[in-house]
Amino acid sequence: MYVLHALAAVGRVTRMLAEFVRALAEWRIWVPRTIEEAYNVGIGSLFIILLVSGFAGAVTAMQAGYQFTGSIPIYIVGSLVVESIILELGPVLTALVLAGRIGARYAAELGTMRVTEQIDALESLGRSPASHLLVPRILACMLMIPVLTVLADVIGVVSGWYFSMQVLPITNSDFAYGARAFWRDFDAYYSVIKAFAFGLSIAVTSTYMGFSTQQGAEGVGKATTTAVVVSSVLILLLDTLLARVLLHG
Amino acid sequence: MIEITNLHKRFGDQVVLDGVNFDVLEGETVALLGPSGTGKSVLLKHINGLIRPDFGRVLVDGLEVARLNRKDLASLRTRVGYVFQNGALFDSMNVFENIRIGIVDSDHYRDRDYCAERVQRCLKLVNLAEDTSWKLPAELSGGMRKRVGIARAIAGEPKYLLYDEPTSGLDPVNADIIDNLVTRLAEELGVTSVTVTHDVRGAFRVADRIALLANGKIVLEGTKEEFMESSRPEVKAFLERDFENPSFAA
Repeated sequence: MYVLHALAAVGRVTRMLAEFVRALAEWRIWVPRTIEEAYNVGIGSLFIILLVSGFAGAVTAMQAGYQFTGSIPIYIVGSLVVESIILELGPVLTALVLAGRIGARYAAELGTMRVTEQIDALESLGRSPASHLLVPRILACMLMIPVLTVLADVIGVVSGWYFSMQVLPITNSDFAYGARAFWRDFDAYYSVIKAFAFGLSIAVTSTYMGFSTQQGAEGVGKATTTAVVVSSVLILLLDTLLARVLLHG
Repeated sequence: MIEITNLHKRFGDQVVLDGVNFDVLEGETVALLGPSGTGKSVLLKHINGLIRPDFGRVLVDGLEVARLNRKDLASLRTRVGYVFQNGALFDSMNVFENIRIGIVDSDHYRDRDYCAERVQRCLKLVNLAEDTSWKLPAELSGGMRKRVGIARAIAGEPKYLLYDEPTSGLDPVNADIIDNLVTRLAEELGVTSVTVTHDVRGAFRVADRIALLANGKIVLEGTKEEFMESSRPEVKAFLERDFENPSFAA
């Protein structure tokens, strides 16, 4: 029974994505709405993302300094802060925060539109809900979540550096040496690739949950919760999968 | 003309429409009566393809709605205005934008002067003041929301207008305003109208012809006189409450 439900859901998501591709031709409709959505996702999420990444950088630096005592050279703190933030904490924390902030908002917005017949109203006017509602939200997430992740990476590293200087017996040159010691340019690409995949999973999950909402206010609540839970689980699954494929492939 | 033939629809185990046959002629106003939960709105949504039938056919201007491709269905919907039960206005848009989105011709939609003029014309047709345009749906009363919903439906100059419970939830004064509006729009715009309601009094006021949907079928179709004189138990049961106040048929 669960397998059948899962297969049906996969079918519906596939059909929704086909609608997305088809609606891309109606650019006059989705371009202005995508700019508006991108602003909401980007500027609206900036404060919380920078706050979370700033704290993540600070805590990573201080815990590294606490653990790396004795025979382990202190410059390793620089390596650990940069690699942890860019490879893992920056993209994953950003995505988890946005799954709550953006995923919940999309599911609730579209779910309310579904149960109050606003989506039916769009269709009844011969207009495509995909070009008006789906494409702007998915593209805004795909564009802005990588941008927010890059900013989170930068702030996380800067915060980690600042707290290392304040709390640990490490110099600027030690930190910079450690940061460069294990750095590969691919690490930056990896962070952005992950952010792109997470952004897509948040957008697709939350818009799907919103569009398939049923049964009034209770249904909107369920759709919103499910969107956040499923997006978060997908982020963790994708995180593991991408680490396996891109780091150890 | 709208032709509905042997229409069947079920949701899970619940049979909603069980062989509905129903025609609407050009220019007439038909009221589709029936108790709550009998599938009146479901039937209405088949006409513009919002719901697909399990079996049977719905033809609008000779085109079978369920067989239309995406483009032709969108084109058909531009000729069929739909007024939703609770207005279904877009929360995030003001009244002007809500009505403007009803302008279905893309050249007209992009022409700001045309849109401004058309929105004001539609607001006037539904007896709403010009300054209503800048209000958000949340700032409107129930009756005003319904009227904006009607304004949006007529903005694209449709040939057909489908009303889903246009007076439900309204006080008698506002219900009369909407009923008058339905009649006036049919006369002034020459549209063919189908109005779904469980308000017998309103149906008698606006409709040229009345149909009663019960147990998934149209059990009676005729003028209000035929409806009043019918001895069918479904009709009598439906009218029973109102027989105590026969003035409704006046």
